[in-house]
This record gives sequence, structure tokens and C-alpha cells, in this order.
Amino acid sequence: MKIAFTTKGNEWDSEMDPRFGRTEFILIYDEEKDELTSYDNRTIADVAHGAGPQTAQKLFELEPEVLITGNGPGGNAATVLKEAKVKIYIGAGSGTVKEMFDKYKNNELKEFAG
Amino acid sequence: MKIAIASGKGGTGKTTLSVNLAVFLSETYKTNNIVLIDLDVEEPNSGLFLNGKLISSESKYRMIPKWNPEKCTLCGNCQKVCNFHAVLKLGKKIAVFNELCHGCYACSELCPTGSLPMVKEKMGELKQFEVGNINFIESRLDIGQEQAVPLISQTIDFVENQFDDDSIFIYDSPPGTSCPVIEATKDADIVILITEPTPFGLHDLKLAIETMDELKQEYAVVINRANIGDDSVEKYCKERNIQIIAKIPNDRKIAEIYSKGELIYKQIPEMKEELKKIGKYIFEMKNGEKR
Repeated sequence: MKIAFTTKGNEWDSEMDPRFGRTEFILIYDEEKDELTSYDNRTIADVAHGAGPQTAQKLFELEPEVLITGNGPGGNAATVLKEAKVKIYIGAGSGTVKEMFDKYKNNELKEFAG
Repeated sequence: MKIAIASGKGGTGKTTLSVNLAVFLSETYKTNNIVLIDLDVEEPNSGLFLNGKLISSESKYRMIPKWNPEKCTLCGNCQKVCNFHAVLKLGKKIAVFNELCHGCYACSELCPTGSLPMVKEKMGELKQFEVGNINFIESRLDIGQEQAVPLISQTIDFVENQFDDDSIFIYDSPPGTSCPVIEATKDADIVILITEPTPFGLHDLKLAIETMDELKQEYAVVINRANIGDDSVEKYCKERNIQIIAKIPNDRKIAEIYSKGELIYKQIPEMKEELKKIGKYIFEMKNGEKR
């Protein structure tokens, strides 16, 4: 299974980014391959409109089954993620990626209701 | 003659000035060519102060693309040309986010298979009222519609077609300095910026002035709630050589009259004096106009 995180860096020890649309990085953990890959989303800072759907579209292409983030996506982004059938867990806006992954494994994160 | 009443800061008296000025001008100059237009389409409220007779009402529409999957080859050109990420290719689907669409037609016109025809979407209502000898136009955005600009633009088109060029158009503009304000003020002959003499008022006035300078607009300032705050607005205007055409006093009675939805100048002589100054300024400008 592939798990996506919104983050401020590209390592397990990186801080989470609480924002969805304007997250600096998207980190993908592939459980089967035990492999961590990152997507640099920082050009989104120059986008005035539609950051949410654009980041969501990127996620659509990366095809994770699960997204772990902070505040959760807005309406438009949520529509895209629903289309991509991504399960979204929120409340993971602060702390490191590793800490939030552990929380997810222990069922301590809240599922985004939309 | 088009006069836009605008402000950087909200709640400084745009509507109060617009409504009182419109009625004052029509009474004082015995003219029946005053047209008041509420362009604050997200929450129009000029009408609260006017008892008008409804003359007409029409729905207003904007154009947005609608995906037709039949001939679509999923080339993705549409999402490439959209500056607002309103059109996205999601796997084997094209999704259109109506709220993000600015109606530019790019995706539709540049689609090689014509799979994104533009369709009408209702965005609001335009109403025309008669208030004594004033024509009053109010446009109101529907709930859920996020873009004020298309409705403002269509409302201005409506009044320009409907009324004589010789009319005095008073545009009660939206607050702030973003797209809706620019749409409401860009074609005005003069923009009256109303502010209050406080640090907040000055801060937002500066933003409004910056915007008007960028638009190469002519503007003058009216100070509302004069005698509160400090003299920083006056100092700033003096330094920048910006004309202050009137100062509306701060008076509890004005707030009371306002809260009842009545016209201020009919009960407060000082308000009438200030409106006279604005009227004089407008007519001097109108008569001195070189077209």
C-alpha cells in the first residue's frame, strides 16, 4: 500500500506540513517496497488560484491509497481525492512524518469526513 | 458622468454616502437623470435605505465549460491552458470546477475535439427600481456563487445601455482592493474614496490609492466620522496633494438614523453641507469635462 504525507521535507524526520493544497512536499511511502519517495510541490507558492485541486491532481497521479495530512483538503480538492478514492486522515499537521506514520498505524488519526 | 464610491476599508460609509448623495443630487438639482447602482453584489445594501418601486427583474448568467466525453481524446490541452486550475484531467475524466472558472473560453476554444462547449450558469439577479425620480439598480449574486466580477461587469453594461450618457451614475462599489473593486471603478470618471481618520483607515486608504494609481484613475477623498482618531489621513492627503472634498462629522445621531434605514442629510444639516460640497465638485467636473 502507498501512503502519502504532506510535509516540509523529504525524510522520515521531516516536519509535517499542516496545509494540503500548499504543502511544500508530498512524501510517498510504499509499504511493499519499503521505499520513501518525494515530490517537490514548492512551485505551488506562485499559484494564486486553485492550489487545492492542483495538488490533489498530483496526488491523483501518484495513486496513494491513504493520505495523511493536517487540516484536510478544501471542497474542490476533496472532490478530486474522492474521485481518486484516497482515504484521508487528518490532525497530523505537526510532528515528524515518522511520528504521524506511527500514529496512523495505531489508529490514532481521525478520518476526514469531507 | 460615472462616479464610483469606493474605499479600501469596509464599513467606512460607501453606501451611506452613495444613497444620500444620489437622493440629495436629484432633489437639489431637480434632475431625473440620477442612476444609483449597487455594485457590491456579494451583499448589496443600498436598497435598505430606499423605498423603490420594482420596475424589472432579470436573471444574469455566466458561461462555463461543460465536458462532453463523446469525442474527448483526453489530450489534456484544456488543463494546460487554464490559468486557474478550473479544468483538470483526472484519469479518464475531465473535471470542471465551476467556482474556479473565470469564463475565459480558453479550454473550450482550444479543445481540438470541441469537447468543452460553454454553457450558461445562473449567477444572480439584476433588479431595477424607481425611487422618486432616481433610477436604482441592484445586482445580487446567488448563494454559492463566488465570483463577483462577471455580475458587476454585466450590471455596468446594463446601465450603460439602459440610460442616457448624460446621466449621473453613482456606483456603490464593493470594499477592498481586489478584482471586484477594480471592475467597479476602472471605467469611472472619478473615484471618491471614503475613509475614516484612523490608522486603520489610513492604511487601507493607502492601498486603495495605490490601486487607483495603478489604474491611472482620478480620485478624491471624503473623510467620514471626522474628528475621531488622528490627523494622519489629512496629513497624508496634503503631502500627496490629494483633494479632500468633504468631511462628514462623527455624530451618534447619524448612527441612529442609519440604523433606522433613513437618509442622514434630511435630519442632519451638517451632512447636507458636506453633500453640497461633493455635489459642487461633481458638477464642476462634469461641466469642465472635455470629451
